[in-house]
Amino acid sequence: MAEVTYLEAISQALDEEMTRDSNVFLLGEDIGYYGGAFRVTEGFYEKFGQWRVIDTPLSESGFTGAAVGAALMGMRPVVEMQFADFISCAFDQIVNVAAKNFYRWGGKTPIVIRAPFGDSVHGGAFHSQCPEGFFFNVPGLKMVAPSNPYDAKGLLKASIRDDDPVIYFEHKFLYRRIKGNIPDEDYVVPLGKAKVVREGADISVITYSAMVHVALEAAQVLEAEGISLEVVDLRTLLPLDKNGIYDSVKKTSKAIILYEATRTGGVGAEVAALLSEDMFDHLDGPLIRISAPDTPVPYSPPMEEFYMPRVEDVVKAARRLAAY
Amino acid sequence: MNIEKKDLLQLYYYLKLTRRIEDRVTALYRQGRILGGAWTSNGMEAISVGYACALEKNDVIAPYFRDMGAFLARGITPKRIMAQYLGKKTGVTGGKEGNVHAGDINLGVLGFPSHLADNYPVAVGVALSFKIRGERRVAAACTGEGGTSRGDFHEALNMASVWKVPVVFICNNNQYAYSTPVRIQMAIKDVAERAVAYAIPSEIVDGNDVVAVYSAAKKAYDRARAGDGPTFIECKTMRMHGHSEHDAAKYVPRELLEEWKKKDPIINMERYLISNKVSTEEELVNIDGRIKKEIEEAEEFAEKSPLPEGKEALEGVYASPI
Repeated sequence: MAEVTYLEAISQALDEEMTRDSNVFLLGEDIGYYGGAFRVTEGFYEKFGQWRVIDTPLSESGFTGAAVGAALMGMRPVVEMQFADFISCAFDQIVNVAAKNFYRWGGKTPIVIRAPFGDSVHGGAFHSQCPEGFFFNVPGLKMVAPSNPYDAKGLLKASIRDDDPVIYFEHKFLYRRIKGNIPDEDYVVPLGKAKVVREGADISVITYSAMVHVALEAAQVLEAEGISLEVVDLRTLLPLDKNGIYDSVKKTSKAIILYEATRTGGVGAEVAALLSEDMFDHLDGPLIRISAPDTPVPYSPPMEEFYMPRVEDVVKAARRLAAY
Repeated sequence: MNIEKKDLLQLYYYLKLTRRIEDRVTALYRQGRILGGAWTSNGMEAISVGYACALEKNDVIAPYFRDMGAFLARGITPKRIMAQYLGKKTGVTGGKEGNVHAGDINLGVLGFPSHLADNYPVAVGVALSFKIRGERRVAAACTGEGGTSRGDFHEALNMASVWKVPVVFICNNNQYAYSTPVRIQMAIKDVAERAVAYAIPSEIVDGNDVVAVYSAAKKAYDRARAGDGPTFIECKTMRMHGHSEHDAAKYVPRELLEEWKKKDPIINMERYLISNKVSTEEELVNIDGRIKKEIEEAEEFAEKSPLPEGKEALEGVYASPI
């Protein structure tokens, strides 16, 4: 066991997969010689050479399409979007080419798109977004969003070994702030499995990525008040682990859905819809969504702080639900 | 370029096979037996036949929707094609897709996405994998002149040139993108001018001359295989039918069609084969007879094949389902 940061866990997964399988290669902007905007691939260029750590032109659609082509030939490309915000430029290649290849004509497309997302660097509307909602109703895609180093490494390895296109959302806020112990030996975290990261009796908080830590902090506060939160980390967003969510809600009968993305039509809305369809008989109170508002991500600190879901939002919602 | 008799006859065979299959598709579409759309390459067959026949077995194509000749030349059989049009289980995609929206990885044919030029960056990636693995294979991608206005076209050409990968870009310039004529599609005279900005050598060929397309493609593939990077080939032609078979294309001046009718690629090739004494008229009639029979059999096969069941729609979303 060794203690690593979330960022180091991602870097290790890439390094180990590239060492294990010569079909794995990386492409993206500034990832080679420079080592990546967030330094995730620092030293890779020297270690693996320019044709396995490819510095691309500024062409998100182009290099995502190129990754698709290489994947169809049996390679396992890992694309880095410098910021998840720029993934919109590659929307068509992801949604209409990568995600539909297998269904339409049997073309296996094992690509991984690493997308550093979320608010953390006061980056405003174009360096802070959580774009998972854009891709959430695209059949054929898989999406993961780890909250800790163990899952970050294990999910990335599983994504690289998976035969479908996977968007891997890595949270910029967690890069150097979250540390954890990970095994020395090879392991994967299977796709499609949520995890209860804190057991509790009264209310389920269903969440993912950086918001897991907000939920855990809220759970600490509420414990003192005698309200026991169970925190479910979705880990895989697409396809959702319905049973993982349902098992927790059957136990607590109440649910808060906490997510950093904007409110309308995304992961939170879907979890709420699933619960109301399938868990109605188990619910003892209203479903509560806590999210960012439906605005672009604002820059100025007071607005940015207002925009982000906070621990106190969860605490207030839990108090309200506890009354049912 | 010296082309052997068997190769010339193969070009002729695929030209004629393509024409006859698509004529049959048009007829079935008009009878309401093919649903959805029916896009043909009528009058443009020489482009896809030419570029596909010039490839080696292990090469890969990223075709577009006027490339029936390339599908056939890569070995997708008329039976599978007719079944595809009728939405049958035995079709190229088992009914998941229709018409020319198909691919077969085992034959080196990538599925065609309707978003034109999307297949260009994909072909660059195919070629990139050949380069990384040190394989002497090439990728060929085709799109229409309309597709060359899209960003993916430009991103692909730029990447291919910077990376110097073994890809050949073909453009079927048939003068109309649906109803939009070239003059309001681009401000340049030749599409090939676009390649200049990316330092990619280009060639403009008569798209109705299959020998010219074949020869230009072969030269470009040799260049790519030698590690000298991408080539752009503009094939000038004319779309003789509407955008799709539903479209009467009244926006195309009749005189233009009359003029191009005289340049029909199949008549061109027949003239070439006979005047150069490559083959006799009788030989060509025999080839055509074989083709007619092949198509009859294909249609019968397709008609007799089962349709998929509705619930099969749920299968195959993921290669590794969770």
